[in-house]
Amino acid sequence: MRGSCHPKNTRDRAVCMTNCPTLIVTVGLPARGKTYISKKLTRYLNWIGVPTKEFNVGQYRRECLKIYKSFEFFRPDNEEGLKIRRQCATSALNDVRQYLSVEGGQVAVFDATNTTRERRGTIVKFAEQNGFKVFFVESVCEDPEVIAQNIVQVKLGSPDYIHCNSEEAIEDFMKRIKCYESSYQPLDEVLDRDLSYIKIMDVGRRYLVNRVVDHIQSRIVYYLMNIHITPRSIYLCRHGESDLNIKGRIGGDSGLSARGKEFAKHLRKFIQEQNIKDLKVWTSQMKRTIQTAECLGAPYEQWKSLNEIDAGVCEEMMYEEIQEHYPLEFALRDQDKYRYRYPKGESYEDLVQRLEPVIMELERQENILVICHQAVMRCLLAYFLDKTADELPYLNCPLHTVLKLTPVAYGCKVESVYLGVDSVNTHRDRPENVNVQRSTEDALQTVPAHF
Amino acid sequence: MSTVQENLTQTPLLKIWVPWMGCNVNRRRGSSVPQFCNSPTLIVMVGLPARGKTYISKKLTRYLNWIGVPTKMFNVGQYRREAVKIYKNFECSRKSLKGESHLTLDVLTSVFLIQVFDATNTTKERRAVIISFAKEKGYKVFFIESICDNPEIIAENIKQVKFGSPDYVDRDIDEAMEDFIQRIECYRANYIPIDDEKDRKLSYIKIFDVGSTYLVNRVQDHIQSRIVYYLMNIHVTPRSIYLSRHGESELNLLGRIGGDSGLSPRGLKYANALAAFIRSQKITDLKVWTSHMKRTIQTAEAVGVQYEQWKALNEIDAGVCEELTYEEIQENFPEEFALRDQDKYRYRYPKGESYEDLVHRLEPVIMELERQENVLVVCHQAVMRCLLAYFLDKPADELPYLRCPLHTVLKLTPIAYGCKVESFFLNIEAVNTHRERPVVSFHICHNRHLALPTISLWYINYV
Repeated sequence: MRGSCHPKNTRDRAVCMTNCPTLIVTVGLPARGKTYISKKLTRYLNWIGVPTKEFNVGQYRRECLKIYKSFEFFRPDNEEGLKIRRQCATSALNDVRQYLSVEGGQVAVFDATNTTRERRGTIVKFAEQNGFKVFFVESVCEDPEVIAQNIVQVKLGSPDYIHCNSEEAIEDFMKRIKCYESSYQPLDEVLDRDLSYIKIMDVGRRYLVNRVVDHIQSRIVYYLMNIHITPRSIYLCRHGESDLNIKGRIGGDSGLSARGKEFAKHLRKFIQEQNIKDLKVWTSQMKRTIQTAECLGAPYEQWKSLNEIDAGVCEEMMYEEIQEHYPLEFALRDQDKYRYRYPKGESYEDLVQRLEPVIMELERQENILVICHQAVMRCLLAYFLDKTADELPYLNCPLHTVLKLTPVAYGCKVESVYLGVDSVNTHRDRPENVNVQRSTEDALQTVPAHF
Repeated sequence: MSTVQENLTQTPLLKIWVPWMGCNVNRRRGSSVPQFCNSPTLIVMVGLPARGKTYISKKLTRYLNWIGVPTKMFNVGQYRREAVKIYKNFECSRKSLKGESHLTLDVLTSVFLIQVFDATNTTKERRAVIISFAKEKGYKVFFIESICDNPEIIAENIKQVKFGSPDYVDRDIDEAMEDFIQRIECYRANYIPIDDEKDRKLSYIKIFDVGSTYLVNRVQDHIQSRIVYYLMNIHVTPRSIYLSRHGESELNLLGRIGGDSGLSPRGLKYANALAAFIRSQKITDLKVWTSHMKRTIQTAEAVGVQYEQWKALNEIDAGVCEELTYEEIQENFPEEFALRDQDKYRYRYPKGESYEDLVHRLEPVIMELERQENVLVVCHQAVMRCLLAYFLDKPADELPYLRCPLHTVLKLTPIAYGCKVESFFLNIEAVNTHRERPVVSFHICHNRHLALPTISLWYINYV
């Protein structure tokens, strides 16, 4: 079929064919946030639908060495150490080749220090041989506080230091950094002017961007320029229970039920108790989220992009009615809930695309409460918790429950707070039988109770 | 308010839920578009002459206005010309370098959220004056510096935009080039670029060699981040953008709006004519984009090259009015029909979209169009109006009434500071789907409950 459904990357000038895979290569001294950036970027790209995988050379080293003794392994004059490290890098690159050329990956993130021009030259050659584009992401930082904070957050808990106390670990790690410093050759504006790269300085205060060649690199740069590490929390919740919820009907634009209004009051109390600094509140443009927000007594912003998934011809129907009028559609949805698009409506995949600007702005923001809807909340949650497309449509996002997400180390801490107001359950699990010929009973096996 | 409002009401035009009708929108808590920035921002261009400052200023202003951020551009060259009536030679501009002072800053008011100050601003003193002016007014400042030392690019620049300039209208080309190069030297002697060390507290982007390299420092907020993203995606490589609607559809023939029907026989003929036209244009590396709707895809299939489907290019969602004729809308939803005519840009169909919503969803398409080179976009009437308004800098008021007839290809070619438009009717008859802006009459609204006379409905703005 000639038409491709997803806008793909490229305005390629390179010799590569369109859609040639991209190798992202991190550069920087230890404790400069390379792994943080790698993991976050990988999570973002996978969420927007670009198959991405990260390859952390440190992991390969741990598998090879089994036991980490001390920083001495990283000394520039340790021949044995150098040999092992080179082997690990090669092994990782082989896996990269496997992922990009054979397994259908689109982007690979090669996470290592890559601090010498020689090492980077090897990688560029490897990429050329395999028809990959290369994009370097260098993190430069000399702020001792940031580096110390980094070490405390992610190094102390590392498998390398499992048998050390904090002081020993920090001391060893600082010596480890020293081993790299003398041979570090940062990307150079003149010598490396033909390479494509972004240099991130001082945790995002300044960026140098060179030779962005295609769409995906442009998106990566935009993303990297919007993320920050200032501590903050993101609160996600749905609107209070709505009149249509009670009737077991999906979609629509109804107002809150009595219990939903009760929830709004409890939400206000909860927010006040959390004592959050400069909290922003976002809602969709549907009545039920706005009614919920109105109760908070604080300014809020309405985003049309946060509207619930459009169920097209199935809007305001009960699952029983969908089974009665559109049994084929109902079965197809259970077969691939992420990609299935309601007739004249949307799919979860469409939702993710329309939520991307919301995610981008969430990254820029600090403390924020997003009052939204079931499908929308599942998409946002999948982004923060790195859930796959298969899991996304079945994530549990019950009514009257607030999720507090706090970024920590390489991931996100989740606290779930049920605000003590009863509501219907709107969660429908995947039934066992997804065959289009299934009986009505099988189809409705997992439909939650309603009035 | 300590209790939940018993009920919300929905504003008739924008379909926004508000606590009570007529509540003062400036103090209303919910805002229907995300707040881009809180205080007005001054964007200040920096760079020697012929570095693309005016090109960037105009393009950026056009983009920001299109996405709904009121922006105005002030070009100091124009003010100088008005002040110095006849431009004799570069001596004049050297004198005005010093006099080019506070008079122009005074025109900057806070009516616009973004003001682009297009001038050389090549000295530290000059920039310091601007910074303290902004501080006094509570504006944020963002500098855009364009640095280029490639003589070919500069010469090309001079030819493209300077020789058309009023300064050189009666001059011989070689003489003009010589004079202009002297003008540049005049500025270069005192040029102090933004200093990465000394100016590290400023917010700025430096663009090197027409976008080969960028240095970005201290982006403060959302709008600055969007501006940086935009600037990093635009290019000056010559190319053309072809805009066309799908061929005439079955629903078009029936006078019905929206829906997802296939092409009529004449529509299929158009698809073939389009293929022939594209071939005759002999375009290198043409990309073809369609929506997810049957009629655009059928049209692209005939062209016979690879195409990409964008859901964002789908026609405006007419909600409850989908597949109705205008007569049926008038019969079943007379108030909606009247409201739409009062403010066609902001009016949202019940359970549907507005042109304003369309622009929002088309923004990623525009961003990718900026990155691309030769592209043919096969889309729909309302969508094409939005895209055209972006390229031709049409305001929200005019956008919904732009003419985008069926079976006509518009070829847009960027030149100098704007866009050349060539219209090709491919000679296949089709129905006319264009509805002119109607004259607002006294009897348009049937809502007798409104105490106000109907004519003043025109002035009530529910934004």
